[in-house]
Amino acid sequence: MFATALIVFRETLEAALFVGIIAASTRGLYRRTQWLSLGVLAGCIGALGVAFAMERISVWAEGLGQDFLNISIISIALLMLTWHCVWVSTHSQETVQTAKQLGSATRSGAGSLWALAIAVALAVLREGAETVVFVSGFMSGHTGGIPSMLIGVFIGLLSGTACGVLIYAGLSKIKAQYFFTVTNVWVLIMAGALAAQLAKALAQSGLVQRWTEPLWDTSSALSMDSALGALCRALVGYDARPTGLQVLFYAGAITLIALATRQTKRLIAKK
Amino acid sequence: MSFGLFSRLSFFRILLTSALALCAFSASISHAADLELLLVIKNHRFEPSELKVPVNQRIKLVVHNQDRTPEEFESHKLNREKVIPGGAKATIFIGPLKAGRYEFVGEYNEATAKGVVIAE
Repeated sequence: MFATALIVFRETLEAALFVGIIAASTRGLYRRTQWLSLGVLAGCIGALGVAFAMERISVWAEGLGQDFLNISIISIALLMLTWHCVWVSTHSQETVQTAKQLGSATRSGAGSLWALAIAVALAVLREGAETVVFVSGFMSGHTGGIPSMLIGVFIGLLSGTACGVLIYAGLSKIKAQYFFTVTNVWVLIMAGALAAQLAKALAQSGLVQRWTEPLWDTSSALSMDSALGALCRALVGYDARPTGLQVLFYAGAITLIALATRQTKRLIAKK
Repeated sequence: MSFGLFSRLSFFRILLTSALALCAFSASISHAADLELLLVIKNHRFEPSELKVPVNQRIKLVVHNQDRTPEEFESHKLNREKVIPGGAKATIFIGPLKAGRYEFVGEYNEATAKGVVIAE
């Protein structure tokens, strides 16, 4: 039961923290809860679909189907976050103005919520599909111990989700004047983390063969197996032994999105 | 023209360009020269549990899960993780590696599913 709970917890944690951070960064936006709930729901349905098709997906492309699916999912999620970052920055001026005029900023920002809903759905889908594969596989393979296993699944899901709620509550405590700066930077970091995962997936699938050696090794200081290591991985994309390509993608995504954001800001200022 | 429409257009242009770039990139790759090794999962154990591989060469690892239950091949040292459904075969590219030991586990059955890649 404990082993089950731990595995489910690990899978849930990453998606829950992602949703928590996104939810915090969109606080006060018009219909944000509906959009994000829709994303989570779509992700759950998608996870079930992918999980039940997993056997077929796995054998595609000479055993690389899963990697190609993963690469597509991460790429789309990354594009959605990019879109959101650029959109938010260009509308922050507008948000302030609207807030002054109408006394509320609730309607602003809704323009990128669809993108975030997709990003949330994909995060839930990725982690959820693995959880469903694990749970359903166990149930078909073992005749005994199913009740205690289901309790484990429940505990894992609940504690993972609790971490997402915690980060949301923690972020909400930040003072209003810094709040969106912190959450926007964090969304940028999540984009970097996604890009690093993309680099890893590209190497695993054999699509990329360069810079696949680790640049450094901090596993003795903070192991990926430790609870803190897993948490840092989910929060900022920590990897104890990142390859050159991962570092490049991580830094590259953050730089490119930050640049694109600045450029669009200038474009608007000129108008 | 409103800004929303402008940025949406350029957004889709970026999307299209990156998709095309990725296609071109993957088309230019061949897997021909890789060393292929078979790893079997049976009764929640890896067979063989020790894989000797040459250094500085990319390896195509074909993992055949002969159990009915799924398994997740995971190795922090190799920087790899992949779910393999019961009965399925999956391909994982590893390396090129420096000389050393690279432990891997089956995350769903960590007590028994352990193995190591030895690059020498």
